[in-house]
Amino acid sequence: MATMRDIRRRIKSVKNTQQITKAMKMVSASKLRKAQGALLSARPYAERMRDVLMRVAAKTDASLHPLLVAREGNRRAYLIVTADRGLCGGFNANLIRKAVLTIREHGTEDPMIIAVGRKGRDYFKRRLFNLVGDFTGLGENISFSHAKTVADAVRELYTHNLVDEVWLVYPHFVNPVTQRHEAVRLLPLQTPESTGKLEAEYVFEPTPEEVLDHLLPRYLNTVVFRALLEAKAGEHGARMAAMDAASSNAEDMIKRLTLIYNRARQASITREISELVAGAEALK
Amino acid sequence: MSSMQVEVVTPERKVVSRECKMVSARAVDGDIGILPRHIPLVTVLAPGVVKIKGESDVTTLAVSGGFLEVRPDSRVTILAETAELSNEIDVERARKAKQRAEDRLGKLGNPDVDAIRSEIALRKAMIRLEAAGAKKE
Repeated sequence: MATMRDIRRRIKSVKNTQQITKAMKMVSASKLRKAQGALLSARPYAERMRDVLMRVAAKTDASLHPLLVAREGNRRAYLIVTADRGLCGGFNANLIRKAVLTIREHGTEDPMIIAVGRKGRDYFKRRLFNLVGDFTGLGENISFSHAKTVADAVRELYTHNLVDEVWLVYPHFVNPVTQRHEAVRLLPLQTPESTGKLEAEYVFEPTPEEVLDHLLPRYLNTVVFRALLEAKAGEHGARMAAMDAASSNAEDMIKRLTLIYNRARQASITREISELVAGAEALK
Repeated sequence: MSSMQVEVVTPERKVVSRECKMVSARAVDGDIGILPRHIPLVTVLAPGVVKIKGESDVTTLAVSGGFLEVRPDSRVTILAETAELSNEIDVERARKAKQRAEDRLGKLGNPDVDAIRSEIALRKAMIRLEAAGAKKE
C-alpha cells in the first residue's frame, strides 16, 4: 500500500503548510491593524499641512518657488515604494509593473530610480536601471525620520538639477484587501487646489514667501511619509489576503486528498475481503 | 472669559488637544503669545518651548520647529515635526546629550566634529531641559 502511505504523507505536509499560512495570516492581520492605526494618526497632520499650504499658495506667487517651477526636459526620477519581503500575492509585482508602465508612458530615457523596499531595489538593480538610491529594511514602524531621509534624497536630485521631474509610484491603500497602485508627480510639487471660498484674511509671519519656503519641503516629507505608511499597510493587507487564499487552497487540497485516501483505503479493504472469501471458497 | 481650542499635531500622532486660555511659542522672529480671538495667522515656529495655559494648569512641550496657525474661529493648530510633552522627556538623557554636544563643540577644529550638527544637538537638548524643568518648578 505504498500509495496510501504517500497520500497520507501528502496530507500531512499540506496540513503543515496550512498551519504556516494560517499563522502568517494572523500575524499580518495584527500588523495590518497597527499599520492602519499609524496611517490614521498621520492623517490630521497631513490635512492641516495641506490646509495651510493652500492658504499660503493663494497669497503668494507660488510659481516662483524652486520646488514648484516646472522645467522643460525629459529627465525623470522615479521613487518606487515596494515591500521588503514577498509572500504577499502580486503586491510587489504589480507595483513594479505599474512603475515600468509609467516610465514607458512618459518615454523617459534612462530613468533614475530611487527604490524603497528590497523587492523593488532587486528588480531594478538586476535589470541595470540607473538606481540612484535605495532604502531597505525600514522595519515595521515607519517613523517620520525615515520619510525625511527619503524625501531629502529626492529633493537633492531635484534641486541639484539632475532631474526635471520626480514621480512617486506607491500602493494607495483603499481597504485591507485592495490597493490602487498609483503614479503621482512629486516634484515639481502640485499645490492643492484652493476650495474657492477664501475665508478670513490671514496674517503670515514673517512673510508669505518665507512661510512657503518652510512649508514646501515639509509638505514633501509628509507626502513621502504617507506613501510609506500606505505601502506598509498595503503590504500587510496583501499578505493577509494572499495567506487567506493559500489557507483555503490548502483546505481544498486536504479535502481532495482525504477523499482519494479514503477511496484507496476502501478499495484495499474490499480487496482483502474478496481475497478472504476466495480463500475460504477454495478450501471447500 | 473666553477660551480657545488648541491642537498640537505631529506626523506621527496628535500630541495635545485641549481648551486653553493662552498659547505661547517661539516663532522664527520672536516669541509670540496667542490669546482667544486672535486674528487668523500662520507663522513659522523655531525650535523651542510651547506653553499652553489653561484655567490653572500649564501644558509644556518641547517642539522642534514647525508652524502655528490660528484659524478664523480662533482655533489654534501647531504643526510640529516632533513634539514632546514635558513629562515625557527623559531629563537624564537630555542632560547627557547636552554634555556630549558641549564636549564636541569644545573640540572645534577637529575635522571629525560637525559643528553645525553639534550645535543643533545642543539646542535640542537645551530646549528639552527647559521644557522639562519648567514643569518641576
